Amino acid sequence: MTILEAGTRAPEFRLLATPDQRLSLRELRGRPVILAFYPADWSPVCGDQMALYNEILTEFQRFDAQMVGISVDGQWCHAAFAESRRLHFPLLADFEPKGAVAKAYGVYRDEDGTSERALFVIDGDGIIVWSYCSPVSVNPGADGILDALESMRAERAEVSL
Amino acid sequence: MSHEQGVLRPDVGAEDHQHGSPDAPVTLVEYGDFQCPFCYRAHPIVMALQRQLGSQLRFVFRNFPITEIHPNALHAAEAAESVNANAGPDAYWKMHHAIFEHQQDSPDALDDTHLVQYAAASGADPVRVKLDLESGAFKEKVKADFLSGVRSGVNGTPTFFINGVRFDGNWTNKGEFGGAIAHAAGVVLTEA
Repeated sequence: MTILEAGTRAPEFRLLATPDQRLSLRELRGRPVILAFYPADWSPVCGDQMALYNEILTEFQRFDAQMVGISVDGQWCHAAFAESRRLHFPLLADFEPKGAVAKAYGVYRDEDGTSERALFVIDGDGIIVWSYCSPVSVNPGADGILDALESMRAERAEVSL
Repeated sequence: MSHEQGVLRPDVGAEDHQHGSPDAPVTLVEYGDFQCPFCYRAHPIVMALQRQLGSQLRFVFRNFPITEIHPNALHAAEAAESVNANAGPDAYWKMHHAIFEHQQDSPDALDDTHLVQYAAASGADPVRVKLDLESGAFKEKVKADFLSGVRSGVNGTPTFFINGVRFDGNWTNKGEFGGAIAHAAGVVLTEA
């Protein structure tokens, strides 16, 4: 699969964010969205990818950006995971049909039925401005995300001059 | 993008806690959390490398407290900073070792009472450290470390940088981790 690249319109989705609430990309229009695909809840390390993003939400908020995690885990699994890690951002369940959104973004792993560790920064108009696929064993951190948010802001400032 | 990912920003500077010579061929930077059990495991590994590599290695520690899951990590980092400011770098390293050595003693091993005790044992004025914790005197310093880690691509704790480049291998594997550091130093590591 090939990961969708910058300049592409981000495929729409509407997935369960809690056991009874759905979240669509369209609802987030007007502000940047960080879409973080990860292989699975409950990876056995303490500073895992979602815990890290949780810790730096205030940095993302400086750009008015909404962090959204997404994996093929079901909504109940996400609920337990989010509670355990005290996550303050939504986790989407790409569960039924399994991995459909990951496939649309080009980040599904057929060999093990999960998604890649892949990051997308989407602008307020729904266009991908940055994407990155990390080796699945390497948590990509947040430096690339913040760089992308910064350059997006800088470009916008130029346009409005 | 203008920056590569996983590259240390900013470079090691005067503000950093450094152990070893600035002229050493290898600088190992750890972003760590004093309450993280993985950092606890990494601590003796780093010390062993320091013994083995001697003057070839400079070790730098920056704070990366993951406070949502480690409620005492922020104060532990602030206490260590207070010790550094009040009693100097030698006391800082004593405090640094003391915190890790005691981390697993009990569930309250890193509460303020214990932190102040370790600070006193490290040679700092316990009252100053206690007041600094209460006033949050070093909160901003710790936060600055944390943000530099975020911009450097820290992806959990501990995260290591060898001469400014994130080490994505397995630090629990002595051969792999020590080998990467020794390679950067241009030496072959022998068993300690």
